[in-house]
Amino acid sequence: MNSNKYQPVIGLEVHVELKTKSKMFCSCKAEYFGQKPNINTCPVCLGLPGALPVPNKKAIEWCIMIGFALNCQVSNFSKFDRKNYFYPDLPKGYQISQYDEPFCINGSIKLSNNKSVGIRRVHMEEDTGKLIHQENSTLIDFNRSGVPLVEIVTEPDFESVEEVVEYLKKLQQIVRYLGVSDADMEKGNMRLEPNISLRENTTNTTNKQILPIYKVEVKNINSFRFVEKAIEYEIKRQSGILNQGKNPIQETRGWDENKQKTVSQRIKEEAQDYRYFPEPDIPPLRFINSQISNLKSQMPELPTDKLIRFQKEYQLSKYDAEILTREKETADYFEESVRIGKLQKVSPKQIANILINKKVDFKNILPAKLIKGIVFSIKIDFVDKSKLRKIIQNVLLKNQKAVNDYKNGKIQAIGFLIGKVKQHFPKGDTNQIKSTLEKHLKT
Amino acid sequence: MNLNQLTIKEAKEGLKNKKFSSVDLTQDCLKRIKEIEPKLNAFVTITEKEALSQAKKADDMIANGDDLPLLGIPISIKDNFCTLGVKTTASSKVLENFIPPYNATVVEKLNNAGAVTLGKTNMDAWAHGSSTETSDFGSTKNPWNLKRLPGGSSGGAAASVSSDEVLAGIGSETAGSIRQPASWCGAVGLKPTYGRVSRYGVIAMASSLDSPGPITKTVEDSALILNVLAGQDDKDATTSPRKTEDHTKDLSKSIKGLRIGISEDYFKGIYREITEDVQNALKVLEKQGAIIKNIKLFDPQYAIAVYTILQRAEVSSNLARYDGIRYGNDRSYFGEEAKRRIMLGTYTLSAGYYDAYYKKAQQVRTLIVKDFNQAFKDVDVVIAPTSPSTALFAGSSEDNPMFGELADVLVEPSSIAGLPGINITCGFSKEDLPIGMQIIGPQLAESLILNVAYKYEQETQFYKQRPKL
Repeated sequence: MNSNKYQPVIGLEVHVELKTKSKMFCSCKAEYFGQKPNINTCPVCLGLPGALPVPNKKAIEWCIMIGFALNCQVSNFSKFDRKNYFYPDLPKGYQISQYDEPFCINGSIKLSNNKSVGIRRVHMEEDTGKLIHQENSTLIDFNRSGVPLVEIVTEPDFESVEEVVEYLKKLQQIVRYLGVSDADMEKGNMRLEPNISLRENTTNTTNKQILPIYKVEVKNINSFRFVEKAIEYEIKRQSGILNQGKNPIQETRGWDENKQKTVSQRIKEEAQDYRYFPEPDIPPLRFINSQISNLKSQMPELPTDKLIRFQKEYQLSKYDAEILTREKETADYFEESVRIGKLQKVSPKQIANILINKKVDFKNILPAKLIKGIVFSIKIDFVDKSKLRKIIQNVLLKNQKAVNDYKNGKIQAIGFLIGKVKQHFPKGDTNQIKSTLEKHLKT
Repeated sequence: MNLNQLTIKEAKEGLKNKKFSSVDLTQDCLKRIKEIEPKLNAFVTITEKEALSQAKKADDMIANGDDLPLLGIPISIKDNFCTLGVKTTASSKVLENFIPPYNATVVEKLNNAGAVTLGKTNMDAWAHGSSTETSDFGSTKNPWNLKRLPGGSSGGAAASVSSDEVLAGIGSETAGSIRQPASWCGAVGLKPTYGRVSRYGVIAMASSLDSPGPITKTVEDSALILNVLAGQDDKDATTSPRKTEDHTKDLSKSIKGLRIGISEDYFKGIYREITEDVQNALKVLEKQGAIIKNIKLFDPQYAIAVYTILQRAEVSSNLARYDGIRYGNDRSYFGEEAKRRIMLGTYTLSAGYYDAYYKKAQQVRTLIVKDFNQAFKDVDVVIAPTSPSTALFAGSSEDNPMFGELADVLVEPSSIAGLPGINITCGFSKEDLPIGMQIIGPQLAESLILNVAYKYEQETQFYKQRPKL
């Protein structure tokens, strides 16, 4: 394949499930993972006759905060709409969503190559129930029905898989920083739908503004890896078709992990008409400027700002700052340690080195203890001792041969045991594991 | 006189003075129901056992000196209000086995007010109609003439009240479903402002219009029930946050200087007897000091198109949940009328047609709202006939898909604007059928229209004429 002949044109729709306590339109618990089926339901999320939705204020605020984080304009006026379609997991026969007046529009996010990706809209909707297929029947679990979902739609600005993955990781990091979603892919908190097409590669800039006449949407992907694979597969597939002088058809496809390919689900001619119309059960929402600015003032520091600040304020390299700000928990722990360390003349760099190299157990080693350890050069256990002990006992029990070898003088057998322990405790400090193992082997 | 013939006010008096018990009162109602239901068919479900136990409980409370607004008063509830543990069908076979696991807010409020519920009343299936003939459980008859229709969709509710099966009935109106059957059956029917009474638990017809309200024998009873039903509900986002008030307080206030608007187009093409009776009614009010002013409201026929489009669109979406997966019966159980409405509504919301139909209708709706707002700068209330005709013969609605819209032409504009309106009897035709007029007020002006209706009723007392059934 001539990989330079075509340039990918990719846009993304991402669904992020919010972790509000209650559902989007009723007071049922929004928790559904690992719950007994249909336990968190009521007339509203079951769509029973006569039941009415009442919007969750917190969810709307969080949706707007995501919009702020993506540099969107937040509208003073917004409303909900009904998206009408039939599916057994949709108890009302329509989904409450937003059509032409989403909460947030026209945002952007910057990638590391300095490219700005446009955010078309950020809107609020509700999740559906879940179908559980059995041998000859299908069961419906409505625990997930009505859980708040935020949909984030980009412009078709991505030109490579790498850009897509970077954006997705950034987005995941942002919603986690905001504390509005766990964005756990495996649990389905974050679902990805890329639409992909190809255009002739050219330096002509006007050509760049014209979108291809077709687009292929790949639905509901739940891992970054699969998104990568699906996009790569589509680029190959579509180039093949274009090379034959044909145009790929506009359709919706799905990623089949077993076959390692995308498969057609629905072609354009069968495209749904959702018959959107304003949701009559929920009055339009009007926000006064002070409400919007008040929400804006509640925004926490976002990853990009923190990264820049850490480099400046603590004289850290970009590499160090990047690792420390990857997760908010680490960044907060670092800053707390710096605050305490300052009084004891421990430099931020010293702290950063330990946090980066030792993988400290934040729950058990509080910042004060960490600093104490550094100041008095005490060899502190950075890991949870009791947990390590338990793992070692287990490893020794299951690997009697190596234990006997060691006891019979083959001391290099300890390397094997260290490896086994590390399988269960990858965070562990090798020296610490070794000394603890030795202690155990001697008794 | 049997106890079931009493008004709520009279019954409350009797209960308080221990002249009779709620069980006595309930028994008399049940007796009447057993006697005339075979002819009338006002009920889909009669809850005798539950009613008697509620009555017994009410008697215990009365003995204890407790006082609640409707304590021990037997009423009926339209079958589109969800009632916990009691079958709720909206008169459709699709829901013939549906037993709700929850109470509508209105039902909850009635229970808390001490009301005794005798059963669920018949209606046009899904409230689609103005005749009660589209009910999947047989049509209800008009108590004044069993060959005639009671109107609808709250036909069972209106018939149950005017035939003295109950002291009052709870209905719901989308456009005409309370006022029109009240008019044809000779009862007081109040459609409150949209959002004044919670819709939670009312099987939706057209969500942006549905308004639950009372059908009663007298205006005072109407005010008493509205006091119980009105108010913001945190389960219905469209309810008004406005504080509730005592609607009985201003009933007998003087209407001297009150400006009543009359719009010519509301008298076009209606029975001459109806025009005459409404004009006579205006004279009665004029005598009490009201000022009659001619105003120009939009011709009500414009409302038919707007209403038809908006209502069908919302219906098509609201009925989507009855997809055959739950509730037992699948979509083949929908009647002709529901199917027609689903198809029309689906069509008007479809891509390419939305702007021409739904959007246009919403724009005209805004104009109608503005038209009324303008009118209410010059007048305090508007009076018009409720229906262009008196009760029509059974069978009139058949093969006439627009029957309801034509029967409701005079109530549709105010419904579209979300305004409160009340029907009150203003005479009887030569065929001895009730004639109704409606009093329409600005948003949340329930107390005012009740006041005007009460002053008129006190003077004429048409409510004292009962059907000989």
